[in-house]
Amino acid sequence: MTYIMGHLGEIGDLTLQHMGLVAAGLFLAMVIALPLGVLAARNSHIGAPIFALTGVLYVIPSLALLAVAVRYIGLGWAPVILVLAAYAQFILVRNIATALTSVSPAQIDAARGLGMTARQQFFRVEIPLATPVLISGLRLATVALIAIATLGGYVGAGGLGDEIFLGLQRKYIEQTLAGSIPAALLAIILDALLRLAERSSRARVG
Amino acid sequence: MRYPGADRDAVSNVSLQIEPGAVTVLLGPSGCGKSTLLRTVNRLVIPASGRVLLDEVDNAGIDPVELRRGTGYVIQAVGLFSHMTVAQNIAVVPSLLKWPRARIDARVDELLGLVGLDPARYRGRFPRELSGGEQQRVGVARAIAAEPAVLLMDEPFGAVDAIVRANLQQQMIHIKQRLRTTVLFVTHDVDEALILADRIVVMHAGKVEQQGAPVDILREPATPYVARLFALSDQTRRYDELRAALSSTELS
Repeated sequence: MTYIMGHLGEIGDLTLQHMGLVAAGLFLAMVIALPLGVLAARNSHIGAPIFALTGVLYVIPSLALLAVAVRYIGLGWAPVILVLAAYAQFILVRNIATALTSVSPAQIDAARGLGMTARQQFFRVEIPLATPVLISGLRLATVALIAIATLGGYVGAGGLGDEIFLGLQRKYIEQTLAGSIPAALLAIILDALLRLAERSSRARVG
Repeated sequence: MRYPGADRDAVSNVSLQIEPGAVTVLLGPSGCGKSTLLRTVNRLVIPASGRVLLDEVDNAGIDPVELRRGTGYVIQAVGLFSHMTVAQNIAVVPSLLKWPRARIDARVDELLGLVGLDPARYRGRFPRELSGGEQQRVGVARAIAAEPAVLLMDEPFGAVDAIVRANLQQQMIHIKQRLRTTVLFVTHDVDEALILADRIVVMHAGKVEQQGAPVDILREPATPYVARLFALSDQTRRYDELRAALSSTELS
């Protein structure tokens, strides 16, 4: 415990860095996954190859993917964020497509029939109704990315991975724990928060 | 007009004139093309050939979004937006038309009264807190909120039990007397057609079998199909009994 107690400030900084990596990865992932998911939901001919491609990305071990990314864009946070975004595609695209296709056809027919434009239909009816399922996908992706972001310790991206890998190198188990315990806590807390958000949005959507 | 994979046109060679301010019922079995025909009016379905004229204007030239905002639309599955309150559901089209807040609020209360729901009790409820019958009352209120010139109703009372359906039909007669909107009403239920219609259009296999006032169709069915369809109805039996009773009093 002496290592952890003596480095609380540093661990706090690394935790914030870690959250930054995950947030940036998730943001980039959503920016890419949202149009892909909408496309897949609207047209199953486009959906099938999109799912296949994201599935391939998903099964490549994340460390291997990171090695390839570093080969092309160098060390630092950039390759980590890229790998996080790529890895999350499988979860998010599938989830967004499922969320949108699960909206009741009656409500979509009503939205069209009452004279909503395609955009109003999407933002005022489909997205609100899909929100609980969307949050559940976001939760799964968040928890997965918190774990994967520890690989940042290998390539100089910072984050809790620094403590884990330094600890492993020095065979200093307490330093490893100083990285892995906060990472685990982070995952548990965000999982619980997003579960709550999911539940309350489900109650609202009914 | 033909759906992918179908072996005949859903609707073909139909020519109808809808009387303004009256209730016209499209009556026929499922798959006869009545819903498809209804949905050509607000351009949810685009006919492969032929035209739909609204006050002499071809609706193919009207922006579909604008057209639909000026046309009420009620469906069997109701389709209330489950993330919105009753008041927000009814306010959808007035909001799209950017009515001022106060006018929308007043209109919501007026409509809830019209469909027989106490505004103070129902305004803030969510669709999941309503019975099937109450949901469809809200569905009707939502459809007529912005005073549409035409109201399209696609089997609106098909999913509720018999007693609720009878209540909704009575409510519909009341609304029809109050509003004088042109109503196009789709049903497969002969009794419902006879209760609500000013004019009935009997459809079968994508074609019109007969059209006219209910009493004329009852008196003189144009085809064996129409005769068979109406023979099964309670209202027809009552009509026959009444006619028999009247003719016997005339004789005596």
